[in-house]
Amino acid sequence: MMDFIVIPILALLAATAVTVARIRNLWAAVMFTGIYSFLSASWMLILDAPDVAFTEAAVGAGITTILMLATLSLTPRRQRKSGRLSSEDFEERPSKSPLLPLLIVTITGCALVYGTFDMPHFGDPNAPIQVYPNPSFVEKSQPDMHGLPNVVTAVLASYRGYDTLGETAVIFTAGIAVLLILRKNTDDQSSSESQSVTGENA
Amino acid sequence: MTEILGLYNYWIVIFLMMTGFYIVIARENLIKTIIGLNIFQTSVFLLYITMGKVTHGTAPILKASHGGESHGVEHGVEHGAEHGHELHAAAEGHVDLGVDAVKEVYSNPIPSVLMLTAIVVGIATTALALALVVRIREEYGTIEEDEILEMDRNS
Repeated sequence: MMDFIVIPILALLAATAVTVARIRNLWAAVMFTGIYSFLSASWMLILDAPDVAFTEAAVGAGITTILMLATLSLTPRRQRKSGRLSSEDFEERPSKSPLLPLLIVTITGCALVYGTFDMPHFGDPNAPIQVYPNPSFVEKSQPDMHGLPNVVTAVLASYRGYDTLGETAVIFTAGIAVLLILRKNTDDQSSSESQSVTGENA
Repeated sequence: MTEILGLYNYWIVIFLMMTGFYIVIARENLIKTIIGLNIFQTSVFLLYITMGKVTHGTAPILKASHGGESHGVEHGVEHGAEHGHELHAAAEGHVDLGVDAVKEVYSNPIPSVLMLTAIVVGIATTALALALVVRIREEYGTIEEDEILEMDRNS
């Protein structure tokens, strides 16, 4: 029964990824990336990871798409003041020869597929990942957390709490860095704007 | 046949991963490259989540305990857990699914936790990369990689 859901989702995932690779309009590519994130969130839900699915849908499909659209609106191909923007302003140029990258990707993919022959099969309860570390922490987590039923939350916020603290530090650092990168230098703002038109500001 | 079914998910994930990799190395538009990185990243999430799935398992959210907090959860034991105490039995392959219908089988929560962290760190790096693209566009007037390199060479 579940296969009837899983197989179309996987086919759509693959089709979306190929579409993103082929399409030249960047707006459309960003939209397809959002669709890709939603599809992977659906698959994660089927794979028993609802927390990751929620986060992927909110962060991957939501925030990433918004950030990309904001960036696109700031980076048209023509300069901003030279008339109305058209969809051509958000198209990348056709790439030259896709043969060499295709070859590299195929070889890498074959090597990875060869590597999967040693992997434990999908859903195998005796796979090393299920046995080590001792999974008894799952039953212990509820009394440890005073009755919290969600084991993922228990591990994320308590057992691996320092990891989550580090994660917030990463977010903070990234936020500061974005602010510093995007901040305009007030003293040479006019000159940099005039120079960026001709692009000889190196 | 079981080989194909057991490894099918990994191959799909590898295909997605390689599509992202192709976008990163073949396309010269900087925003497209970041999109490719995002696709690669999401496929890595999928790889981890796939590994954490246990057959006939359910999401790792425990049933309400009947015996109170101190008593612990008797019904909510991960399938691996009941055998985790006797690793020898598991190693010899004595695990038999559905022996005890009362016991719940949970999928592994650890990949979920790791990927939650990875998603959030991923959005941080994406935001930083996009900010750099905006800055590059301000300086060079283009976001095509080869044009930028050309300008650098000519300057």
